[in-house]
Amino acid sequence: MNGVHDMGGMDGFGKVEPEPKEPTFHADWEARVLAMVRAMGAAGAFNIDTSRFYRETLPPHVYLSSSYYQKWFLGLEEMLLAKGYIAKDDVAAGHAVQPAKPLKHGKLNVEDVERTMVRGKFARPAPAPAKFKIGDRVRARNIHPATHTRLPRYVRGHVGVVELNHGCHVFPDSAAMELGENPQWLYTVVFEGRELWGADGDPTSKISIDAFEPYLDPA
Amino acid sequence: MSDHHHHHDDHSELSETELRVRALETILTEKGYVEPAALDAIIQAYETKIGPHNGARVVAKAWSDPAFKAALLEDGSKAIGTLGHVSRVGDHLVVIENTPQRHNMVVCTLCSCYPWEMLGLPPVWYKAAPYRSRAVKDPRGVLADFGVTVPKDTEIRVWDSTAETRFLVLPMRPEGTEGWSEEQLAGLVTRDSMIGTGFPKKPGAPS
Repeated sequence: MNGVHDMGGMDGFGKVEPEPKEPTFHADWEARVLAMVRAMGAAGAFNIDTSRFYRETLPPHVYLSSSYYQKWFLGLEEMLLAKGYIAKDDVAAGHAVQPAKPLKHGKLNVEDVERTMVRGKFARPAPAPAKFKIGDRVRARNIHPATHTRLPRYVRGHVGVVELNHGCHVFPDSAAMELGENPQWLYTVVFEGRELWGADGDPTSKISIDAFEPYLDPA
Repeated sequence: MSDHHHHHDDHSELSETELRVRALETILTEKGYVEPAALDAIIQAYETKIGPHNGARVVAKAWSDPAFKAALLEDGSKAIGTLGHVSRVGDHLVVIENTPQRHNMVVCTLCSCYPWEMLGLPPVWYKAAPYRSRAVKDPRGVLADFGVTVPKDTEIRVWDSTAETRFLVLPMRPEGTEGWSEEQLAGLVTRDSMIGTGFPKKPGAPS
């Protein structure tokens, strides 16, 4: 979706402000939110792409004015409501008043936490040969799905070169909508700064994205 | 309400967010979806075990061991898997080498993708709009915000983490470190130098 989360190339957000000696969390509730998202994801309540989609669909003014973990919290609550794991009655009461729904993988127990601290595997067997090889010129498709996609707006319509082939991976555009993993070839595609930004681009810069095959046409 | 909440109770005012987060945890716990002790364990791991010291050891090893460096650049996840102390890295870690000809920096314009196992949780600036919006359009301007200048004739390569691949920058080894041990070298490797928004510390610089 063409949401405010797709920030590459936007102006007006000001300078980057690094924080010296930044703590891991700025408040205890941030840590609880992170842990709830991790635990509910491990329990199979949602996949990573669906959780990203629910953050992206927060209203633009909410997305832009909320801190990172506020967005995580709001996205988590919306998603659990939409998937029927919690009900509005529960939220209103601040307690579980409606019955629980079974979790795909069951509750994450403390002894299983360490195992979940390693990232999941997203590579899948290839359903078809790769269409592109390293060195091929490709054009990012001019697509504008209203649903989840990982093709940022700033590359759409532009020509780049395939630099790496990462194999076949779960396709976020399908997985986020719970339409299955639909594995697709994944490539690093590199664009010249001037190709993306015209005369306003830095001629010494190159920018790459990781692009799934359905995002690309031969060029 | 579970025990871990009690230490909040001396706060006289709680923010709306804090109250809503507590309520959600209560609901999830009462429904049997989460175990507060598991949440505590997750948090403890991020606060104590997972951080840029893991990435620093990998970089120091690559600076010291040419065979390891070659393996790391070939397949980051596989090479790191051979190191006992930092072996728990997920798939698809791509290590990208800074050279005098090319400076790499990593961003996630769409959300906050970041090599957690190597660097810990990302800092606020990495997840915030100024960095996410400008890194791909004006990378030298962003580097200037960090006080970092890269020579004009060096290519700047920005890696936008748009999939489940994760990128770790292998910075250039500082001069004047000949004969240093891996442990000494690891002490020079900063988090930002592995994102590409900084350089390693110089020998003798204050820590």
